[in-house]
Amino acid sequence: MSSAMESDLIHQSAATLAQAIAEGEVSSREVTQAHLDRIAAVDDRVHAFLYVDTEGALAAAEAVDSRRAAGEELGPLAGVPLALKDVLAMKGVPTTCGSRILEGWRPPYDATVVERLRAADVVILGKTNMDEFAMGSSTEHSAYGPTHNPWDLDRIPGGSGGGSAAAVAAFEAPLAIGTDTGGSIRQPAAVTGTVGVKPTYGGVSRFGLVALASSLDQAGPCTRTVMDAALLHAAIGGHDPRDSTSIPDAMPDVVAAAQQADVRGMRIGLVRELSGEGYQAGVEQRFREAVHVLEHLGAEVVEVSCPIFDYALGAYYLILPSECSSNLARFDGMRYGLRVGDDGERSVEEVMSLTREAGFGAEVKRRIMLGTYALSSGYYDAYYGQAQKVRTLIQRDFDAAFAQCDVLVSPTAPTTAFKLGEKVDDPLAMYLNDVATIPVNLAGNCAMSLPVGLAPEDSLPVGLQIMAPAMADDRLYRVGSALEGALQDRWGHLLIEEAPAL
Amino acid sequence: MTEPMPYAEAVAEFEPVIGLEVHVELGTESKMFCSCPTAFGAEPNTQVCPVCLGLPGSMPVMNGAAIESIIRMGLALNCSVVDWCRMARKNYFYPDMPKDYQVSQYDEPICVDGYLDVTVTTDDGPRVFRVEIERVHMEEDTGKLTHAGGATGRIHGADYSLVDYNRAGIPLVEIVTRPVTGTGALAPEVARAYVTELRDIMRGLGVSDVKMEEGSLRCDANVSLNRPGDEWGTRSETKNVNSLRSVERAVRSEIERQAGVLAAGGRVVQETRHFHEDTGQTTPGRSKEQAEDYRYFPEPDLVPIAPDPAWVEQLRAALPEQPSVHRARLAEQWGIGDFEMATLVNAGVLGLVEETVAAGVAPDAARKWWAGELTRVANEREVEPGELGVTPADIGRVEELIATGSLNDKLARQVFEGIMAGEGSADEVVAARGLAVVSDDGALLAAIDEALAAQPDVAEKIKGGKVQAAGAIVGAVMKATRGQADAGKVRDLLLERLGVTE
Ligand SMILES: [Zn+2]
Repeated sequence: MSSAMESDLIHQSAATLAQAIAEGEVSSREVTQAHLDRIAAVDDRVHAFLYVDTEGALAAAEAVDSRRAAGEELGPLAGVPLALKDVLAMKGVPTTCGSRILEGWRPPYDATVVERLRAADVVILGKTNMDEFAMGSSTEHSAYGPTHNPWDLDRIPGGSGGGSAAAVAAFEAPLAIGTDTGGSIRQPAAVTGTVGVKPTYGGVSRFGLVALASSLDQAGPCTRTVMDAALLHAAIGGHDPRDSTSIPDAMPDVVAAAQQADVRGMRIGLVRELSGEGYQAGVEQRFREAVHVLEHLGAEVVEVSCPIFDYALGAYYLILPSECSSNLARFDGMRYGLRVGDDGERSVEEVMSLTREAGFGAEVKRRIMLGTYALSSGYYDAYYGQAQKVRTLIQRDFDAAFAQCDVLVSPTAPTTAFKLGEKVDDPLAMYLNDVATIPVNLAGNCAMSLPVGLAPEDSLPVGLQIMAPAMADDRLYRVGSALEGALQDRWGHLLIEEAPAL
Repeated sequence: MTEPMPYAEAVAEFEPVIGLEVHVELGTESKMFCSCPTAFGAEPNTQVCPVCLGLPGSMPVMNGAAIESIIRMGLALNCSVVDWCRMARKNYFYPDMPKDYQVSQYDEPICVDGYLDVTVTTDDGPRVFRVEIERVHMEEDTGKLTHAGGATGRIHGADYSLVDYNRAGIPLVEIVTRPVTGTGALAPEVARAYVTELRDIMRGLGVSDVKMEEGSLRCDANVSLNRPGDEWGTRSETKNVNSLRSVERAVRSEIERQAGVLAAGGRVVQETRHFHEDTGQTTPGRSKEQAEDYRYFPEPDLVPIAPDPAWVEQLRAALPEQPSVHRARLAEQWGIGDFEMATLVNAGVLGLVEETVAAGVAPDAARKWWAGELTRVANEREVEPGELGVTPADIGRVEELIATGSLNDKLARQVFEGIMAGEGSADEVVAARGLAVVSDDGALLAAIDEALAAQPDVAEKIKGGKVQAAGAIVGAVMKATRGQADAGKVRDLLLERLGVTE
């Protein structure tokens, strides 16, 4: 390892750090300490973390170091630090989901993702901030205050996984885990100049992921490079018998695909419906330039139409609230977390009600009410039933498009990072941030966002979304890695290195 | 409150329509969605895990053994097994439900359209009624609440409530009949016969221990009345019906109550009622006039169930003998007719007689005790014959003692009395109560001489050939020996003593 690297452990990729640790050039403890120091230095301004597990992280790092010293074979990410979205259960570590209602709850068990990270000897630094129960696109709905975008601290880092994306973008961790229900990994990646992948539904176990919308949620990697995302994806993915919706088939080799980085002969579809009105000019410009780069690399680019995508947002805001109204029912103050009003006089109904009144934020209540309404007898068919039909039609749009193309592309988010407070009181404006990312969640296939430049008008990062069929996650990495390589050649560095120093 | 109408009048004026919902707790080793054990009687909250506690992030995994059990139950009830179905969430808030929704089935039950033929005894001989079964579906059980303090034992007014989640997640099967009409005055007997038959089928399948007293078989009885030719009336749903006897009594008392209300020009309220074993009456519970909206929707955490038709056929082929076929075989073996068999079934003692015969007792003797003395005592004490504390082995021992002349029938009844009073085994009761037949000829002759001396005129009559007068002397001897003599033997000795032959 070069001495430059030793003095700059936080700016390395996870792959580089893992190799340096494996070769004994640096210890996991040093790498972990460097990131803990970084968190201590910048997180008061970024607020990516809700909880930093200093002791646990250092203990895990030391364990990796001693096992390496004993000559044990370690995994490809052994000793590398990671930031975990606070929606995943981690034994003994506070898990709040960004909500007051879970304040103080320490799960007695590990999520499968956490188990696999531990099995891969990844060092978990702590838990990252998020919109309450993953409802939002800005982290402003966190009960513990917003996260700030490292590119401009007055701007949102995206959401709901703004904490994970900001932690990676601010060099507080080379790796993070996010979860994506309608874009919560990809939109934060886009607005923070990082890489985020929503794996195929069922590709990564949901066991231990506190559910927002069970049929849409999926955990995935947040990183600064496509290869790091592939390594992390491989570490957490694969069948889990504890999640019935987990796919039993072997997952594709995403790491090999990232290494391949070759788009020659691939057909790439531009989705007509995911551009135009509502999309910022600089976003569209950088997107088109990136598509030209792909063409240059040997891909064939065609335009495809997915007309039902126009109804995706509407269907999503029926299905998601419906499922979430049921998933969030258990937060009633009876068994764990917050309990309000238990004065020995009030009835159980009153205590449940007061607890939920005090423990949930406005956005959570809004969606619970929407969902309760949509599932009510007499309305079910018109709302939930219709939305499920739209969902089937969106799947058909994807099927038709993938019959012509290997992958589809679009801008990840219609705009670059907006100002904190700008949309927080306008739910519809907030929901529109996810217009391009939602169709993939509804259909259950996979997508990646990677940075393709800064919008000329505001010098903020723009993300490009690659979408692939279910269980063809490898194509995301093949295309993403090729594009990343070409852009890096052009710029001479990763886009994230243009972020202002904190 | 209006006075109930006497039963005979009620069924002369009104036609009852009944419906039965039976819940059977499956006897699977582990719970429905997790691997927690299901044994009854464990310390509260010791058979729980993140899944059955519904902890945030936990997910259910279907227990294959439960699916197998329910399909076998459906097949035994002549149902069709559907090709494809889903679980649904039934949403409502209650502290005995860890998730505040119950995983159940709604519009896609796994088994549909079956029937069960049941026989009831009437003065005109046995009558067969076909009870149609609408659906057999599965759901998870809830936890168990115990309310401390307060007058009613209900959650309202309790000082505090304790909840035990050991039962939460135990697989339950709900068997719902179509409305049963045309039973007239026999409605209570039909209800009882149906539940009895169902219990015997479940026992034969080995899917549940079907113990009503432990709640592994629970019955809700729906009753409505209408005047002949009128539309069906409003129904009530009686819960807490915890024995076969109570099924019959609950239906009967609801018929009497509703008839009283209707005859007085009142209106039957659609509501849940609670049956009280002590009074034999029902009292109102929750009103269902404003139907609770459970906001059912397909459970997104579980994949659909699609039983392989070949497997279903295998299960069908391996079903045990149907109880009706089984009974026909027993009747032939025991040499009894339909009426005698129906008597045993309706008294709920067929299984006990069978076990007793299996223990080596002659069928006639086994029937005599169970259908006679023991049923009489059970009715008197308002319990099931099986709950008296007398075992088939006890009957076997008593019969042995009778065969060797150590006991007679009268003494045997006293032995059973002792066993039921918890005084120990048959031999222990015989010893403790000194119940052996006095077979010592010397002692008997002394008693005979004493009796003859006391009634010289009777002695003369017998000597004179009036043998029927011997009864007075035999009676005196029996009295003197406190019934412990064999009356036949006393008579023989007496006649021998007086030198008289019959
Ligand atoms: Zn359990």
